[in-house]
Amino acid sequence: MITKHIAAGFGLALCIAVAACGKKEEAPAPKADAAKSAAAATVVKIGVASPLTGPQAHIGNDIKNGVQLAVEDLNAQGIVIGGNKIEFVLVAEDDEANPTKATTVAQKLADAKVAGVVGHFNSGASIPASKIYSDAGIPQISPSSTNPKYTQQGFKTTFRVVAHDDQQGPTLARFAVEKLGAKNIAVIDDSTAYGQGLADAFEKTAKSLGANVVAREHTTDKDTDFTAILTKIKGTKPDLIMFGGIDPQAGPMAKQMASLGISAKLIGGDGIQTPNFVKLAGDAAEGQMASMPGLPKEKMPGGEKFMEKYKAKFGQNVELFAPMGYDAVFVFVDSMKRAGSADPAKYLPEVGKTKLEGVIGPIEFDDKGDLKNGPITVYVVKDGTWAPLETVIPGGPPKVAAAPAEQPLGATDAGYK
Amino acid sequence: MSGLKNASLAARLFGYAALAVVLLVLPFVVEPLLGRAWVRIIDIALLFVLLALGLNIVVGFAGLLDLGYVAFFAVGAYLYALLASPHFGIHWPFFLLLPMGAALACLFGVLLGAPTLRLRGDYLAIVTLGFGEIIRIFLNNLNRPVNITNGPLGITLIEPIRFGDFSLSQQHTLAGLTFAPVHSYYYVFLACVVLAIVVSLRLEDSRIGRAWIAIREDEIAAKAMGIHTRNVKLLAFAMGASFGGVSGGLFAAFQGFVSPESFALLDSIMILCMVVLGGMGHVPGVVLGAILLTALPEALRYVGPLQQAWFGRVLIDPSDLRMLLFGLALVLMMLFRPAGLWPSRVRKREFAE
Amino acid sequence: MDIFLQQIINGLVLGSIYALVALGYTMVYGILGLINFAHGDIVMIGAMVALAIFHPLAASGIPAPVILLLALTASIAICVTLGMSIERIAYRPLRRAPRLAPLITAIGVSILIQYTAALIWGKQYISLPPLFKTTQLTIGGAHLTDLQAVIFLLACTVMGGLYWFVTRTRMGAAMRATEQNPDVAGLMGININFIISLTFVIGSGLAAVAGLMVVLYYGIGHYYMGFILGLKAFTAAVLGGIGNVTGAMLGGLLLGVIESLASGYIGDLTGGVFGSNYRDVFAFLVLVLVLIFRPSGLMGQPSAERA
Repeated sequence: MITKHIAAGFGLALCIAVAACGKKEEAPAPKADAAKSAAAATVVKIGVASPLTGPQAHIGNDIKNGVQLAVEDLNAQGIVIGGNKIEFVLVAEDDEANPTKATTVAQKLADAKVAGVVGHFNSGASIPASKIYSDAGIPQISPSSTNPKYTQQGFKTTFRVVAHDDQQGPTLARFAVEKLGAKNIAVIDDSTAYGQGLADAFEKTAKSLGANVVAREHTTDKDTDFTAILTKIKGTKPDLIMFGGIDPQAGPMAKQMASLGISAKLIGGDGIQTPNFVKLAGDAAEGQMASMPGLPKEKMPGGEKFMEKYKAKFGQNVELFAPMGYDAVFVFVDSMKRAGSADPAKYLPEVGKTKLEGVIGPIEFDDKGDLKNGPITVYVVKDGTWAPLETVIPGGPPKVAAAPAEQPLGATDAGYK
Repeated sequence: MSGLKNASLAARLFGYAALAVVLLVLPFVVEPLLGRAWVRIIDIALLFVLLALGLNIVVGFAGLLDLGYVAFFAVGAYLYALLASPHFGIHWPFFLLLPMGAALACLFGVLLGAPTLRLRGDYLAIVTLGFGEIIRIFLNNLNRPVNITNGPLGITLIEPIRFGDFSLSQQHTLAGLTFAPVHSYYYVFLACVVLAIVVSLRLEDSRIGRAWIAIREDEIAAKAMGIHTRNVKLLAFAMGASFGGVSGGLFAAFQGFVSPESFALLDSIMILCMVVLGGMGHVPGVVLGAILLTALPEALRYVGPLQQAWFGRVLIDPSDLRMLLFGLALVLMMLFRPAGLWPSRVRKREFAE
Repeated sequence: MDIFLQQIINGLVLGSIYALVALGYTMVYGILGLINFAHGDIVMIGAMVALAIFHPLAASGIPAPVILLLALTASIAICVTLGMSIERIAYRPLRRAPRLAPLITAIGVSILIQYTAALIWGKQYISLPPLFKTTQLTIGGAHLTDLQAVIFLLACTVMGGLYWFVTRTRMGAAMRATEQNPDVAGLMGININFIISLTFVIGSGLAAVAGLMVVLYYGIGHYYMGFILGLKAFTAAVLGGIGNVTGAMLGGLLLGVIESLASGYIGDLTGGVFGSNYRDVFAFLVLVLVLIFRPSGLMGQPSAERA
């Protein structure tokens, strides 16, 4: 009994000690980081907030890695702003993709006086956090939140470097209907802000272009079994299936489509255009299509190189949003250079005027802080890798702009019928 | 004898007064020491105290295992969000919405309880779990065919708590002190928590409270003693739910945004952990549990920099280590103090047997 | 009609996986009255161990059946060890504690397993390397791969074996006795601790098999995958009557079929107001209805109050 009490006391004491030590350590830790670098450099903190634990941790870590890579690259370059040599320091926080935790983390980053925040991953975290950044005057660039409302709250500090749903969805629909000639389309979404937004925008445009949406089904971002909805879809005989969601669902979905004998192709957005999709879907990946904002990666100066650098550094492929996270940091630094200051109050007005050639393509913001409509490239899986099929310019007439793919459109149609 | 009593009474009064002073100045002590983020953590901890107190009525007093308690939190939050935001263009004041949230949560509590209360403990647990998930799924999907909840996008620009033009979401200055929103909300939440504690304590000592405890200890005996068990259990559900509804309304006003992802099963489980870890049925224990479980994961965030300082590099990803330590803490505490950290005297006695 | 048949087949394959996992919940619950929240994570470990075996060996030229057998053996060995250790360390000391204490412990263990797995295998989704090709079978217009057929048959065989073990062997009788009254069973000369350990061994072994099946069928593994699967399986166990082995099997299969049919037909039945997004609502609704009208589940004995 006594030992029990002692042990209990020990356990408690341990916890308290950890907590207490943690508190004490809070301040010195960043200093230790800074001490490593040249004493003369001014330290500028860049915050990144994304889910590092929980079911979305792989995506959150991906964002963090992208930001970390950018910070290291910048430090290697040796950036001088306003005559001062700058040492960038990464402050990474885990928001657990949880709206409540997101606000706490946002406050933490504001307390740490970061110069800019890359984050958060999900719109549910980005939106409540954006108020805190706005109050603190810290610019926030989300690498991945696609909820249109994120930038519509009237805050001057909110930006995103990802095409929001109303940009990518319609372009994808135009491609599907006018280029692929799809007449009967089945649409599936994963009941998340991203997937549903994309699917809704797609459905609307596809209908307006005269296609039939023969089925509208839903799954969740945690599911792996789609046989039931796919069977139902099969009964409606679609010639294309559009999925608004991300690769952990899309991979098994493609597999199950094959095993159910569905010959229609799968098409999705940037959440699917990943190396992981090809791995997860196996043989069933062949011929499936997905779009990605920007020009084809080979055409981008930094694109291919970024992928390689990332793989060399972290020993794994880019998951999804690392390039966006990487570019977001460069947007900050580019604005700081133009403003001649790393003070958020001074360089914030410059962020909106960004004109940058990033890994993800040209980056310019509209008056709300959304990425200006850029080209979107549709890719197809060919021999186990994503190959660019064609580039579509959104908004304007549904013309194919300078199709970079050497293969004629007929190739798609063939795979399609 | 009476002198002794008076002395202890005086000591207690003094203790309460000291506690009150500490609570009143807390945010202004915490902020310079630990940063504003910790004031926000305390705010959120207070919301969870409210939730834990509500669940304590159901689980702690009446002994009904509820794994879907977060549903009531969601109901309160969404009621507030829908009726005080541009979503429907309705902007009702908080003093209407908070009681309405409590009432609606009550109603949901009865709706859930009425058909399910005759189920045995663990079956009740799974049904309540299902109920929690059902509410969340509905919130996530009630954007079609008619858009009610705005689905996974959630509701933005929710009105803060405001008295006329005095909005808690703005910075205010009073007697040289700057009240940021986190400070103002702290006092609102604190007031609610104090009220909830008083209600809980009074309930525990009331006829109803004793009836709940009788049911918890032996339902058949309670029935035999003339307690109308079904009604009394329903009352526990309704009372417990109302705390959740109020907490939800406060949460919506504080965050300015609600979306279904705030109301996941894991949140229900966390609230249950707070109640059990603190000491089921013991109000101070439950408060302690809620504060610990909100603060502990936050404190464990610092293990990253700590590793850096001790080992010169980060051995284990701090976010992983935080979760590992948290899991370990849950196991260890239960192994060594299964009745909770601060159990009531009755419970402790049961354990000593 | 072929669509309906296809939905039933979909449901049965999904259900057989639920059933295997549900057995682990139900057996532990039957004996200890404990909801073993960590069980879903043991399934995850089974899946991840199998993947860890597949990845280096897939391209090595070793024939696929050998690799499969190897993976199965490794998964079972590790899961069984894990299951037994959890019982020994985390649950046994709490056997006489208030019922909620082990529940919290189980949640703690679940978190521990998840993040240990995250440390070992990372947090990315891990894909199944190409091991073998599946062939399509057609039954009455419905499609079925040989893999699906094997999964279903294997699950049925394993469950049949378990049923035989529990009902026909001495050990099974000891298990049932312990379930009914551990104290009296102890007086009758049954080694309670051994029986409880055995329960965890069998449950964890089944979890390993289920984990392997999930990996083979869906081609995906992730440190968090156990949670949602465990939740569904637990629902299935309650649906069938928790504590009852036959009930868990039936509940699993039934839940799979219900989910399939709900996804497939709920939209048409409600005129498009509810769609496949309400699939889980439907599953829980059936559960609630069953419990209201048959509070002990489909196969559970309408027993007296259980304290």
